[in-house]
Amino acid sequence: MKRLSFKDCFHCSLAFGLLFFASSESFADQAEQAPGRTMARQATKTTQIWITTDHSKHEILQQAFTSGPEVTKACLACHSEAAAQFHKTIHWTWLDPNVDPQERIGKAGLSVNNFCISIHGNEPRCTSCHAGYGWADKSFDFADPTKVDCLVCHEQTGTYQKFPAGAGNPVPEPTVFKGNGKEYFPPDWNKVAQSVGRPTRKNCGVCHFLGGGGDAVKHGDLDTSLMKPDKQLDVHMGVDGQNFDCVRCHSTTLHNIAGRTYSTPAAMERKSLVEDDLVSKITCESCHTSRPHKPGEKPNDHTDKVACQSCHIPEFARVNPTKLWWDWSQAGKKKDGKPYAVKGPLGKPVYDSKKGDFLWAKSVKPEYFWYNGSINAITAKDMINPGQTVQINWPVGNQADQNSRIAPFKVHRGKQPYDKINKTLLIARLFGKKGSGAYWGDWDWKTAFTSGMEKAGLNFSGEFDWVETSYVFPITHMVAPKAKSLTCTECHSKTNSRLANLTGFYMPGRDGSKVITFAGWATVFGSLAGVLVHALGRIFTNGRNGRKEK
Amino acid sequence: MGVNNNLKNMYLYTRFERFWHWLQTVLIIILLITGFETNGLYTSWGFENAVAVHNFVGISWLIAFAFFVFWIFTTGEWRQYVPTTKKMLLVVRYYLHGIFRGEPHPVPKRKDAKHNPLQRLTYLSLAAILLPVQMVTGFLYWGYNSWNAWGLSGFSLKAVAMVHLAGAFAILSFVIVHIYMITTGRTLFAHTRAMITGWEEVEDVASVEDWEVKTKAA
Repeated sequence: MKRLSFKDCFHCSLAFGLLFFASSESFADQAEQAPGRTMARQATKTTQIWITTDHSKHEILQQAFTSGPEVTKACLACHSEAAAQFHKTIHWTWLDPNVDPQERIGKAGLSVNNFCISIHGNEPRCTSCHAGYGWADKSFDFADPTKVDCLVCHEQTGTYQKFPAGAGNPVPEPTVFKGNGKEYFPPDWNKVAQSVGRPTRKNCGVCHFLGGGGDAVKHGDLDTSLMKPDKQLDVHMGVDGQNFDCVRCHSTTLHNIAGRTYSTPAAMERKSLVEDDLVSKITCESCHTSRPHKPGEKPNDHTDKVACQSCHIPEFARVNPTKLWWDWSQAGKKKDGKPYAVKGPLGKPVYDSKKGDFLWAKSVKPEYFWYNGSINAITAKDMINPGQTVQINWPVGNQADQNSRIAPFKVHRGKQPYDKINKTLLIARLFGKKGSGAYWGDWDWKTAFTSGMEKAGLNFSGEFDWVETSYVFPITHMVAPKAKSLTCTECHSKTNSRLANLTGFYMPGRDGSKVITFAGWATVFGSLAGVLVHALGRIFTNGRNGRKEK
Repeated sequence: MGVNNNLKNMYLYTRFERFWHWLQTVLIIILLITGFETNGLYTSWGFENAVAVHNFVGISWLIAFAFFVFWIFTTGEWRQYVPTTKKMLLVVRYYLHGIFRGEPHPVPKRKDAKHNPLQRLTYLSLAAILLPVQMVTGFLYWGYNSWNAWGLSGFSLKAVAMVHLAGAFAILSFVIVHIYMITTGRTLFAHTRAMITGWEEVEDVASVEDWEVKTKAA
């Protein structure tokens, strides 16, 4: 045999060396943390936020208060600009702050949903979640600084309650709310006023966790399970972890709380604290940067097209069930002449005479759409096509848009009324006593629509029917621990891909070409058949290996 | 006819060649297995593992291939791959006919002429077309996230992926035929043994013609 030459040796070792050196990047740094995590931890190291005043020592807060506006007046004595600031925010106007108010985009305008549809005619009930006092009807004075409710967001005793049907006012004396049978008490004004501080999860949660008239009805990623969540439910808010309050990420300036408002994205720029220390912390990138994973890890290559939430929130409503379907057309059934409700397997109503049929679900897989942070919507003025499911709102974005990512959504579907002649969605007056024209008092849809549309300043032809609608909520809370984030094959799969509905681009593992696959296998099996036939030929003609030998 | 006792042990494949051959064997098998899973044709190792291994092995091959190119040109071995039509028909006739009748191979192996005309054509297509196409498309696929930076934003990932997939099927076909063809030597494992030890028993040295012999570089 030939001796091993130096040349051979050199080639071999060099080749081997390079092979393993070249691709070793992905295997290095295993022990280290992902940089996105390290940086976020670093940025939020100090949990102690210092303050320089004790409100219980302020004499002005020790006077005898009898109503909310009196407290507000006291607050404004020192915080002179607070009401003026707050008046400009969406929490006060319930209108899209970035659109001309004449367009009436927002809850207080003509925007609708497929829950209780609209506030018009239903104010005293809906505005129990307004950070103000006394929005009972259109005559509410939005310019009155004393009508601002400072306490609902700032009091820290946890005892302050607005009456569910009190137009934003607490009760002056103990009162039972018929809707839930609970008794509501007047606040101890001095105690609550002296307790004020930065808003906690509870301050935000009393409205945002209970939107749509009950726990977990609306969002799917916001419900009372986030009052005291564990890390498994939310890595940021978990009391056994970072224990963030809402405002830790919803950075606030001049009472403007960061977050999406209708078609305005929560952030216009993707910047991290490293690039701008005063950046709003509303995006994941604010703290985690745009390449948060370990160097060489594939998820870093996904951040330009896939929202962090898509992989890191595998399911929403993981503790409390959320509502997925609301069919108003079934409302109005009675038992022995009386309205009734039926509880379903998840302990939630599946029927309510006042509202119709419901479907609830727990641990729901989101639906995914291209999303640039903006959500467009129709209003009660816009014409619809009742021949198909009406999208009341929808995420804006597409694959070609650099600012769009594939993002997770809860889609709430249902059936709701529309005007057969005008082809618009209808607003119903729901809340009110017998004789008021409200559906829950008089049980007549026509008068309820007449009243609701009139209060909204819109026309109702008198003819109505039901149409299927959908309403989206971006899913961004309930970020799961990293071990629970999605595996590749949840999307990169030919069967049951979570992104099966998103087409127009090639995704490895999900997509292919039937023609090439068929032609490929045909070639492979053709070759196999060919050599088998040849081999059989050799066996039968010769018996030996093709060469005759002695 | 064709009986020949004039066998001679000949050193045909150098250490590097053998190393390269078996390295490629391993790389190709791993790439086929992981590549088909990446495409979603079957599920076994897990998509994530398949992709990670495929990327690692693919990039490794790309680097190693540079050494092969260096070797083939510095040693002049590239001449073994120069295509020819001479005796091509004889070789085709042999595999379609003569082999069943126990005829000798019309183009026996020699150190300076390792490949018969059919092999020359096959290996040239493989080394100069199919494998480079796989390497280029594979590299592009791997570097998808950098396409904008490379000025390739107009490229279609689907096109790249599908050419790569078609190439994979072609290579798999080659592997099947290749594995079969190596059993057609003097004995079933004669060619396999040669690729392991470097030595093959070759008959009738005299029948090698001048044109088949690699001409020395000037």
